[in-house]
Amino acid sequence: MSQAATAATPAHAAPRSGGNLGDTIFEWACRGSGVLVLALLGAIIVELFIAGMPAFRAFGIEFLWSTDWDPVQEVFGAGVSIYGTIVTAVLAILLAVPLAFGVAFYLTELAPAWLRGPVGTAIELLAAVPSIIYGMWGFFVIAPAFAAHLQPWIIDNFGALPLIGFLFQGAPFGTGIFTAAFILAIMILPFIAATMRDVFLQVPPVYKESSYGLGATTWEVMRGVVLPYTRVSVVGGIMLGLGRALGETMAVTFVIGNANRISTSLFGPGNTIASLVALEFGESETGSLKLASLLALGFILFVLSFIVLATSRYLLRSRLKA
Amino acid sequence: MSISLSAGAVPGPRKDPEVAAALGRRRKRVDIIIRSLCVGATLVGLAFLASILITLTYRGFEAMNLRVFTEVTAPPGSEGGLLNAIVGSLIQASLGTLIGTPIGMLVGTYLAEYARGSKFGNLVRFVSDILLSAPSILIGLFVYQILVLPFGGFSGWAGVVALAVIVIPVVVRTTEDMLTLIPNTLREAVIGLGSPKWKMIVFICWKSALSGIITGILLAIARVAGETAPLLFTSLGNNAWSVDLTKPMASLPIAIYSMAGSPFEDWIALAWAGALLITLGVLSLNILARTLLRGRK
Repeated sequence: MSQAATAATPAHAAPRSGGNLGDTIFEWACRGSGVLVLALLGAIIVELFIAGMPAFRAFGIEFLWSTDWDPVQEVFGAGVSIYGTIVTAVLAILLAVPLAFGVAFYLTELAPAWLRGPVGTAIELLAAVPSIIYGMWGFFVIAPAFAAHLQPWIIDNFGALPLIGFLFQGAPFGTGIFTAAFILAIMILPFIAATMRDVFLQVPPVYKESSYGLGATTWEVMRGVVLPYTRVSVVGGIMLGLGRALGETMAVTFVIGNANRISTSLFGPGNTIASLVALEFGESETGSLKLASLLALGFILFVLSFIVLATSRYLLRSRLKA
Repeated sequence: MSISLSAGAVPGPRKDPEVAAALGRRRKRVDIIIRSLCVGATLVGLAFLASILITLTYRGFEAMNLRVFTEVTAPPGSEGGLLNAIVGSLIQASLGTLIGTPIGMLVGTYLAEYARGSKFGNLVRFVSDILLSAPSILIGLFVYQILVLPFGGFSGWAGVVALAVIVIPVVVRTTEDMLTLIPNTLREAVIGLGSPKWKMIVFICWKSALSGIITGILLAIARVAGETAPLLFTSLGNNAWSVDLTKPMASLPIAIYSMAGSPFEDWIALAWAGALLITLGVLSLNILARTLLRGRK
């Protein structure tokens, strides 16, 4: 690929009438746009940091773990929302990964060829449904269903267990951390499943065939050949899902219950950075410490998702090269 | 790997047909259980999509009538529609796409035609991919800082810019992917005929990759049409009729958000109608984009 690019360079560099000015302009337009994209990301980071500065200055490093959020006293802390963000995202991953693996396994090895296209498209369409629609669906369909059936059952059966019982206690509101994680899991399922499917398809058929030739079953080929071969990229896909889950706003805002406290029960209400910003922003005055705190939260969220997404891309680099 | 070892024990020196048969049965059983679980997982995934679509159809059509398209949002209790939100969404999404697409195409072209394998190119590709998955609410906050605060208030333009920022990485991705698929022999042939590079790119490469690039643009429109979070702090939403881009502007997602969260039955019904509209639009754009791409292959 790169050889051809260098092969084209001498022709381009040779003195030629007519094209040179156009070439220069076009190349710089392209390069300038590239620089613009870099500048955009840089500007987002810098702007959020500068705007959040008053909050960092007022509360110091404690802002990161303080659980206060008191607009009257003007005391703000990010602890609860950082906790909520991480817990919902991790829980969503735990729910989504087995499902996504099942879907990817089905689409690459089990499904008849004529079904792969339509089913794959349908799963990918889950990624196209706007966040706000998930929010409405979660609020009006899933949350009532959870409150009426799933949560009372879980509370009755698991709430009394030693050690982990406290996770499942409390009133079955329907909304809360667990419901938010559930909706997030559905939203990130297509991203993880699509990445897994793509990397599974990159396993050289010869490897799989030799394993089948030794008498392995489909699952043994998946476990012994495909998964070890694609391990790193699979983790990359999961990280991509995690990155998406961290910053999801509208769907979470609808179903998480929006309370600024850390509840031990998974069914308790909470908030995430994104949901807190979305809800409180409208009630913040320009230049107030609250607004600065919200922007500081935005900066923290950006750093979090940047780390996760960059890791994901690093792990997926072999796939991107292929 | 332990499984292949136990399978290897069968033709080993100590053959016990009963043990071998039991092992074989166990391996088959495990295989069947996991296969069924995977089919189950796929069905669960499809059931979610079905549930969303059925809910939307059921509750959306219930609330759907001509007023939704012809009337401006009215206070709860009086009859109103979503006309201002629909028009606002169309204006902001199309202007956002119009601004974001050329930039995205140029970046994609830079990555595919000028900077393959170069360090700077890799950096741009990395940053663009981060932007693609970055939380959209942060783009809203950013635009609030640079366009809303300094210019004294929420405006349609701020919404347009926020959406354009979201469009760029989507278009970059597809443009680069599609240009990379073009065989280099084609480029060499054009250059060999004495064409300047920019003509080669514009008239040959872009033209050959056209359907792919259009796919990317359609996907970008679908993406921004449903975006809510970046508009919360930029174009804000507006219950009155307004096509003035310097004023706060209504949009469907924001209208859905505020109505679905309200305690009024008729507003919630209207929100479902809007939700149905937006989902139908976004999903058909997606399917159209996929069909375009498949026709090309």
